Amino acid sequence: MLAFIIRRLAQALVVIVAMVVLVFFGTHVIGDPVWMMVPGDATQEQIEQVRREFGFDQPAYIQFFRFLGDVMQGEFGRSYVHGESAITLILERMPATMELAFAALVLAVVIGIPLGLFAGLKPDHPLSRGIMAASILGFSLPTFWVGLMLIMLFSVMLGWLPATGQGTTVEIFGIRTSLFTLDGWKHLFLPAVNLALLKVSLVIRLTRSGAREASLQDYVKFARAKGLSPARIVGVHILKNILIPIVTVLGLEFGSLVAFSVVTETIFAWPGMGKLLLEAIQRLDRPLIVAYVMVVVLLFVTINLIVDILYSALDPRVRLTGSQA
Amino acid sequence: MATSGSTRPVLAVENLSTHFFTRDGVVKAVDGISFEVMPGEVLGLVGESGSGKSITGFSIMGLIDPPGRIVSGSIRLNGEELVGLDDRAMRRFRGRSLAMVFQDPMMTLNPVLRIDTQMMEAVQAHEAVSDKAARARSAEVLAMVGIPSPEERLSAYPHQFSGGMRQRVAIAIALIHRPALIIADEPTTALDVTIQSQILAEMQRLCAESGTALVWITHDLAVVAGLADRVAVMYAGRIAEQGKVDDVLDRPIHPYTHGLIGSVPGARMHGARLAQIPGSTPSLGRLPPGCAFAPRCPRADAACAEHAPSIAAAPDGRAYRCHRPMLIEEVAR
Ligand SMILES: Nc1ncnc2c1ncn2[C@@H]1O[C@H](COP(=O)(O)OP(=O)(O)OP(=O)(O)O)[C@@H](O)[C@H]1O
Ligand code: SF4
Ligand SMILES: [Mg+2]
Repeated sequence: MLAFIIRRLAQALVVIVAMVVLVFFGTHVIGDPVWMMVPGDATQEQIEQVRREFGFDQPAYIQFFRFLGDVMQGEFGRSYVHGESAITLILERMPATMELAFAALVLAVVIGIPLGLFAGLKPDHPLSRGIMAASILGFSLPTFWVGLMLIMLFSVMLGWLPATGQGTTVEIFGIRTSLFTLDGWKHLFLPAVNLALLKVSLVIRLTRSGAREASLQDYVKFARAKGLSPARIVGVHILKNILIPIVTVLGLEFGSLVAFSVVTETIFAWPGMGKLLLEAIQRLDRPLIVAYVMVVVLLFVTINLIVDILYSALDPRVRLTGSQA
Repeated sequence: MATSGSTRPVLAVENLSTHFFTRDGVVKAVDGISFEVMPGEVLGLVGESGSGKSITGFSIMGLIDPPGRIVSGSIRLNGEELVGLDDRAMRRFRGRSLAMVFQDPMMTLNPVLRIDTQMMEAVQAHEAVSDKAARARSAEVLAMVGIPSPEERLSAYPHQFSGGMRQRVAIAIALIHRPALIIADEPTTALDVTIQSQILAEMQRLCAESGTALVWITHDLAVVAGLADRVAVMYAGRIAEQGKVDDVLDRPIHPYTHGLIGSVPGARMHGARLAQIPGSTPSLGRLPPGCAFAPRCPRADAACAEHAPSIAAAPDGRAYRCHRPMLIEEVAR
């Protein structure tokens, strides 16, 4: 198990270094960063000065190592727009995004698995057909449209839930979160549902096909032949098997939840880093964009690592090959 | 192990029919079969692929799923009727007084659950005992089926066992509650020949020791010859002939049995499969009106193709379905 983790850590490191190189090329080699840093009417003199000041006159490899050094220290410069450290800005907003993404993930699992199990175990039941039809809808409706409809229905027409912001937050270990107030939950609900919709559909489909396949296996028949209750067979024998693909896919999809949250955060004015990114792109705030990209890369890599470990914990066959290799 | 007239059968199957209602019509996988198994007896159930052996086993276990259904007949276990019981009631029997071992040991154990989980749950499904007691019982039966250092092996996963070892685990699970009857559905077919005979011998010994009756489903007449007390030969969902092993194998009454024995090269060679009778198994969805074997039967006449033969009794106690039985005069002597 230890060898397995070390191997995966090494792989993660390779991915991060590759990303650093890509980002470096994107921002230092393909474009000239100086043009983004000087006012439009700057003289040649001023431009050269900025170039020297920031070391852009140095050979590319020296610039790269400086960039690498900065990245490793978490130093991405100051945001042009906000005038604050870019990384601090991103990290400040990250908890709100993570909170939203986690809430969506939990919703996807809590709603998706039971519905998927039902549809998979009783494929001919009318309710199963309804579930599948709904999941197709969930796949095909655009996130922003659903978001607007949710606001229309629950905030404007029914007035049950607030449409924007994070609501009352509490600070826990220095992180602001809306998970500990009722008002926070109310604010979280609509954006989380909006963000979860696609993943609920995905989990339903994964669970259904997994349950259908597993329920036809000999080991399920053998479990029945032992006299086990249906609850035990479904809850242990079938679920444990289908959890493997679900955990894997959902883990990998968590990254896309963070990415998609850009749309949801914008619609619901959720103060996360997605909303920040959109503003940064609009104003060409380079340090902020670079910081966001690196933070997201790190996030993806970490998630993949966790998924790998979870996967091997769930599937004994993987663990064996992992430790032997 | 001989059948004595005074004891009651463990299992009495009477006129059992299990049909599958598919889009292409009704498949009569099992169609009016009757047989009994006495305590401690071994009944061999032989027949070609698709003759309904497994469906017979699953019917007894109450494990027939839609579109299949037991349409008629009776299955009594120690006198208790099983046909018509709901799943909840049936669960009291499954794994306790009635157990089954499947053909493919690679598929019968859940790959993501440890052996102890899969054994202890079987213990606790029928007995409210502590985890410790369940584990102890699991180790005990593992030792019985010849698994070395069972305590340690309990914590392993199925993929850490060979096919033969997995089948031993499955047999151990079947033995947990000392069932009155075990249905073994070709449990050695997927294994190496040497391991086949080991497992065969062990299972025979274990059942003899505990007085467990055995329905042994197989393609292999040699296995039946060495293991079974009585044999039932199935063809197209019906029992062509059944009786004491020596009677049936030495002096077959039914032309199909005769063909099966003739098809074993070198007379009952071990490991031989049965499929060399000219023609092939009929599609169960579209059986001819008369005897199902008629298209392949060397003795068939016009009557055979018209009327299905009903069950008849030979003087030596055998039951058969044939209009023109072989050697019946000899049997009478
Ligand atoms: N779910 C099903 N739907 C339709 N027909 C079925 C179904 N299950 C089994 N059958 C039919 O029942 C018949 C008997 O099947 P069964 O599995 O009992 O054969 P078998 O004698 O065990 O053969 P084998 O030696 O290959 O295991 C087969 O012809 C098969 O087509
Ligand atoms: S009834 Fe006729 S066709 Fe059928 S097995 Fe007997 S002789 Fe052959
Ligand atoms: Mg079979």
